[in-house]
Amino acid sequence: MSEQAAPQTIESYLEAQAAKTTLRFLTCGSVDDGKSTLIGRLLYDSKLIFEDQLAALEADSRRSGTQGEDIDFALLVDGLAAEREQGITIDVAYRYFATDRRKFVVADCPGHEQYTRNMATGASNAELAVILVDARKGILTQTKRHSYIASLFGIRDVVLAVNKMDLVGYDQAVFERIVDEYRAFAGQLGELNITPIPMSALKGDNVTSAGEHMGWYGGPTLLEHLEGVRTGKDLAARPFRLPVQWVNRPDLDFRGFCGTIVSGTVRPGDAVQVLPSGQRSTVARIVTFDGDLDEAQPGQAVTLTLTDEIDISRGDVITAAQTPPQTSDQLAVHLLWMSDAPMYPGRQYYLKTGTRTVSCVVTELKHSVNVNTLETQPAKSLGLNELGVANVSLSQRVAFEPFSEDGELGAFILIDRQSNATVGAGLFDFSLRRADNIHWQALTIDKQHRAAIKHQRPVVVWMTGLSGSGKSTIANLLESRLHDLNRHTYVLDGDNVRHGLNRDLGFTAADRVENIRRVGEAAKLMVDAGLITIVSFISPFRSERRMVRDLLDEGEFVEVFVDTPLEVCEQRDPKGLYKRARAGEITNFTGIDSEYQPPEAAELHIRTTETSPEQAVEQVLGYLEARGVLG
Amino acid sequence: MPRPMTHLERLEAESIHIMREVLAECENPVMLYSIGKDSSVMLHLARKAFFPSKPPFPLLHVDTTWKFREMIEFRDRTAADIGMDLIVHINQDGVRDGVGPFTHGSQVHTDVMKTQSLKQALDKYQFDAAFGGARRDEEKSRAKERVFSFRNAQHRWDPKNQRPELWHLYNSRVRKGESIRVFPLSNWTELDIWQYIHQENIPIVPLYFARERPVVERNGMLIMVDDDRMPLEPGEQPEMRMVRFRTLGCYPLTGAIESTATDLAGIIEEMLVTRTSERQGRAIDHDASASMEKKKQEGYF
Repeated sequence: MSEQAAPQTIESYLEAQAAKTTLRFLTCGSVDDGKSTLIGRLLYDSKLIFEDQLAALEADSRRSGTQGEDIDFALLVDGLAAEREQGITIDVAYRYFATDRRKFVVADCPGHEQYTRNMATGASNAELAVILVDARKGILTQTKRHSYIASLFGIRDVVLAVNKMDLVGYDQAVFERIVDEYRAFAGQLGELNITPIPMSALKGDNVTSAGEHMGWYGGPTLLEHLEGVRTGKDLAARPFRLPVQWVNRPDLDFRGFCGTIVSGTVRPGDAVQVLPSGQRSTVARIVTFDGDLDEAQPGQAVTLTLTDEIDISRGDVITAAQTPPQTSDQLAVHLLWMSDAPMYPGRQYYLKTGTRTVSCVVTELKHSVNVNTLETQPAKSLGLNELGVANVSLSQRVAFEPFSEDGELGAFILIDRQSNATVGAGLFDFSLRRADNIHWQALTIDKQHRAAIKHQRPVVVWMTGLSGSGKSTIANLLESRLHDLNRHTYVLDGDNVRHGLNRDLGFTAADRVENIRRVGEAAKLMVDAGLITIVSFISPFRSERRMVRDLLDEGEFVEVFVDTPLEVCEQRDPKGLYKRARAGEITNFTGIDSEYQPPEAAELHIRTTETSPEQAVEQVLGYLEARGVLG
Repeated sequence: MPRPMTHLERLEAESIHIMREVLAECENPVMLYSIGKDSSVMLHLARKAFFPSKPPFPLLHVDTTWKFREMIEFRDRTAADIGMDLIVHINQDGVRDGVGPFTHGSQVHTDVMKTQSLKQALDKYQFDAAFGGARRDEEKSRAKERVFSFRNAQHRWDPKNQRPELWHLYNSRVRKGESIRVFPLSNWTELDIWQYIHQENIPIVPLYFARERPVVERNGMLIMVDDDRMPLEPGEQPEMRMVRFRTLGCYPLTGAIESTATDLAGIIEEMLVTRTSERQGRAIDHDASASMEKKKQEGYF
C-alpha cells in the first residue's frame, strides 16, 4: 500500500483488485520458531503497517525488542507478554494482508500441545498450513503434531518453512536433511503436497524476496508460493450438495431454499433429490438479489426454487438426483475434545452438521490417539485436547460424506446440553452397517394396550439424591401404597441393579454415566410394558438424568429430588459408607470427593428435614393422581 | 470448471451464510445499525441474504444524541427506503442526568449513552442475537473474537472462555437472557469495505466525502462543530476546511481528516497512500490502554 504500488488510475486498480482471489492459510510453530517474526515480516513487507502502528512498533522495539536497533517484527504481531497475562494467547488470531496478486487471511495458531484445539480450529477454515521448523532443531515432536492435526482436519497443502537458516550458515545440507526427515514422517499422513522452503524470517531471506545467501535454492519464496498456489480439491467437480439453511417465503407464490453450495454446480433444469426424505424434483430457478443465475458453484450463497411443491425444511440437503450422499444415524468418527469437562460414552450431546442439529450419544470410544506419536491407546473418556476414534448414535438420520471426501458435510461439532458450550469437533469416517441391518421390530401390542388393561398410565418416578437421603425408604413405601391401590409397579434400586445388570461397573465418572444409561434403558422397557416404574438412584449428574428424560415420551419422566443436606446424610450413614469415604477407604463417593448436581427443575422437591417419608409418598401420589397416572 | 470466486465474492457469500444461520436458529434477532459505512455494507448484505424477502428483523440504533445531524437524516431515509422497522433507543437516564462528551468526558459519555444504553435496549426487547458490523482487522482484541460471540445474561464478553468455532458450524445456542453478538463482517478489511461499496454502489453518509466543513483543532484532532452544543475554548474559532471522516461516531469524539476526496474513487485512492490506521481518529480508543477490550467485556460492541 505504498505510493509506488499505486497504479495508473484508480479504476484500473479497482478492476485488478476485483479479480483477486483469496488464500486462507494457517501458521503454526512455537514462538521460538520465529512464527511471529515471519508474520510480522509478511505484513511489513506487503506494506500493511500503518504509520501509527509503525511508530508504536519502533518505540516498543527499542524498549523491549530483541533485535537491537532493528525493528522486532514479533512485537508487531503478538505483544505476547501482555496476551499471556490475559490468558488469550491460547486463541487463534486472524490477520489480513494483500499483495498485488492475491489477498490473504492468516490464522495464527499457538503451538503448544495444550492448544491442539486452537490448531484444529485454525485448520478447519484454512486451505494451506505453513509449518515452521527451527533449522537448528530440525523436526520436533511439535512439528509432527502440527502436521498431523492439520492433515486430519483437511489440509492437503503444507509449506515446510525451515526457518533461521542464518543461524546454520545457510547450509544446504542442513535443509535437505530436515526435508528428508519430514517427508519420511509425512508419508503416514496420506496425500500431502509438501513445499519445503529454507528461509530466515528475521533477515528476510525467501520470505518476500530471495535474498543473497541461498543461491543453491531454486524454488519460490514463501510469498511467491502463497500467491500462486492452487489448493484443495476441485469441489466443483464433485456431485451437487446444498444444505438448506432457511426456507424463504415472502408470499404464497414464492418458496425458495436458501443455502451455501458445498460441492458441485447447479443449473436450472437439474434433477435433484432431497435428503434424508429422498423426494425428487427439478431446479426451477437460482435466485439472487442481483438477478437469477444460469449456474452456481461451490461457496456461493444462493436461493433455489424447485418445480414441485415438496416438503423441505432447514437441515435437509438438496443433492444431485443420481449421486446423493449416504444417510446414517450410526457413524464411526474421529473426535477432538475441546472442553475441560471430559467426554464419557453414553452421555448425550447435540451434534451439528451442515445445517442440522440432532441429539447424539457416543456409544463407544474405541481408542484415543496420541497426537504426538499417532499411537493409539485404549481409553474410557476423552479429556481436553484429546483425540479419539468413536462410534456415535444420532436421534435422526443425517446426510453425510466421509470427511476425507468433503470437508463440509463430513464435519460436525458437539454441543453440551446444559451449558450450550461447543465441547467437541468431529469428522465422519463411515456409516456403521448395523444401523442399516438392525431394524425396529414392530409389535402388534404396544405400550398403550399394555397400560390399558392395567388401568394406569406408565411413568418413571425417578428419585435422585445423596446416599442416605431416604430415596429407598420412600421408594419402598411408595410401591407398597401403589400395590395396595392395585397398581402394577416395579422398583429399580441402585444397589440391587449393581448386583446384576451393572455388576461390571465401578464408580468412576465414566462408569456412572453407563450405569445410568443402562438403568434408563431398563426403565424405558418397563414403561413400555405398562408399569409404574420407581427408580431409586443417586444419579448425581444432570446430563444423565436429562438423557433418561429424553429417552422417554413427554410426561413419562417424573423427577423427584429427595433433598437431604449432606450433614444429615452423613449423620444417618445407614450403611456406614460416609465414614469409610471420609477415612479414604472409598473413593469417588458422591458428596465427598465426587460432585452431586441438584436438579434445576424437578417435578417434585422433597425436603426430608421437613417432610416424613409418609408425607413424601402422599406428595408423589398426589402428583401422579393429578396427572391421570393412577387411572 | 467455473472461474474461482473472487475475494469479495467469497466474503459476501460468507457473510450471507452467517446471517441466514442466525435467522434460522435464533428466535429474536436484531441488527445493530450504527449508520457508518460498515453498517451500510452489513445492511446491503442482509438485503441480499433474504431476497426476495425483506430482512426479517428490525434495525436498532443506539442514539447517544451526539451523532452528526447528517447521520440521523441518513438513518431515517435508509430505513424508510428499505421498509425495515427501525428502533431508536436513547438512554433516558443519561438524558435526565445531562450526560454528554463535553461535560462528562468521552469515557463516561460512551459508557452511559452507548454501552449502558445498548444493554437497556437488548433487555427491553429481549433480543437473543444482535448483528454488529465489527471487523477483526480493526483492533487487536477483535482479532480473536468469534463470529458468533457469546454474551452472558449481563451482556459480558469473556475472552478467555470463548466457544471454539470450526468450519462454518456456528453455535447459536443460548439460555434465556443470554445472547449472541454476531459479526458477519469479521473477515473484511477496511479496503474490502470500500471496494465493495464501490462495486455495489451502496449509499453511505455524505460525511465520508470531503467538503468544506466548520472545524476546530483540539488535542491534535479536527472536530467538526455540528451544532451549538459545542463549547468553544478561548481563542477557538471554527474555520471552514476541506475535510471528511474515515469513521463516524459522536461528532465531538470523531476526528476529521483533511482531504480532497469527493467521491468513492478518491477515498480509495487516499486509502492506498494512507499511513495511519482508521481507528486513530477515535478519541475513545486512546483513553486507556487496552481500552477496547475492556469496553467489550463490559458489553460495548
